[in-house]
Amino acid sequence: MANSANLDPSAWVDRYGDYLFRYAMLRLRNRSAAEDLVQETFLAALKDQGSFSGNSSESTWLVGILKHKIADHFRRQAREAPLRDNDLREDPDPSSFDGSGHWTSGPTDWGGNPADLYREKKFLDQFTECLSGLSPNHANAFTLREIEGADTGEICKVLNVTETNLWVILHRARMQLRRCLEARWFGRKTGKGP
Amino acid sequence: MVRKKNGEGALMLSCKDVTRLLSESMDRSLPLGKRVGVRLHLLICKFCSRYEKQLLLIRETARRLAAMEDACGSPTGESLSEEAKERIRISLATP
Repeated sequence: MANSANLDPSAWVDRYGDYLFRYAMLRLRNRSAAEDLVQETFLAALKDQGSFSGNSSESTWLVGILKHKIADHFRRQAREAPLRDNDLREDPDPSSFDGSGHWTSGPTDWGGNPADLYREKKFLDQFTECLSGLSPNHANAFTLREIEGADTGEICKVLNVTETNLWVILHRARMQLRRCLEARWFGRKTGKGP
Repeated sequence: MVRKKNGEGALMLSCKDVTRLLSESMDRSLPLGKRVGVRLHLLICKFCSRYEKQLLLIRETARRLAAMEDACGSPTGESLSEEAKERIRISLATP
């Protein structure tokens, strides 16, 4: 029977510190916030060793606690900086479309094989940098949806928004990310008319 | 394209409408009329087709990033600073 007796808190920092930190970093995009949440996770785990069932590994259990801390962090950010009308405007850069809704200058051809891109560390770095450039509400919504894979109902609760507003937020987040990647990574190419 | 006033307008979506609906379709299943309208538009619009492919690439990249972080030996190579590790060790030892 596995239980909390199998836990070894004295080894946690060395064994899981970097792993949990990277996990938090990808989602929070902020070094000191990520460090704080790793610390909070270990402290919560230490106090609540009884919740370790032994059915999962120590690291899975710790990540589970960290996930809750991350959701709490997003909840707090949403409370401190509630949505403004500006967050819900469909496009921060209305010049993408003309008055009748046509592209003014459409997306460029990104070319190549996307499967190659995922292996390029520089592309992944650029991606996370573009994500960091979004407003916190947009970046958090995108992170919950696409990195955490949460469903929209859960995200609405965390960010305290209606589903309709969430769709707008995610639309804007994707649109801005796309534009950022196009400008900073694929920028070498230029689009041609339809 | 200009949206028609009547219910058949879904078949005449603008590029701006389509970009919004493409994103929305990644978060919920669209009503049939809108789904058909988007598909028809994509058949004739090179830019919106590109836009769709690029959104899917963005989604896939986010998933890969998550999967890589889950596997040990993350490619991003970030790690806790020694100071942070020490601080956490101390806080764990003195609850």
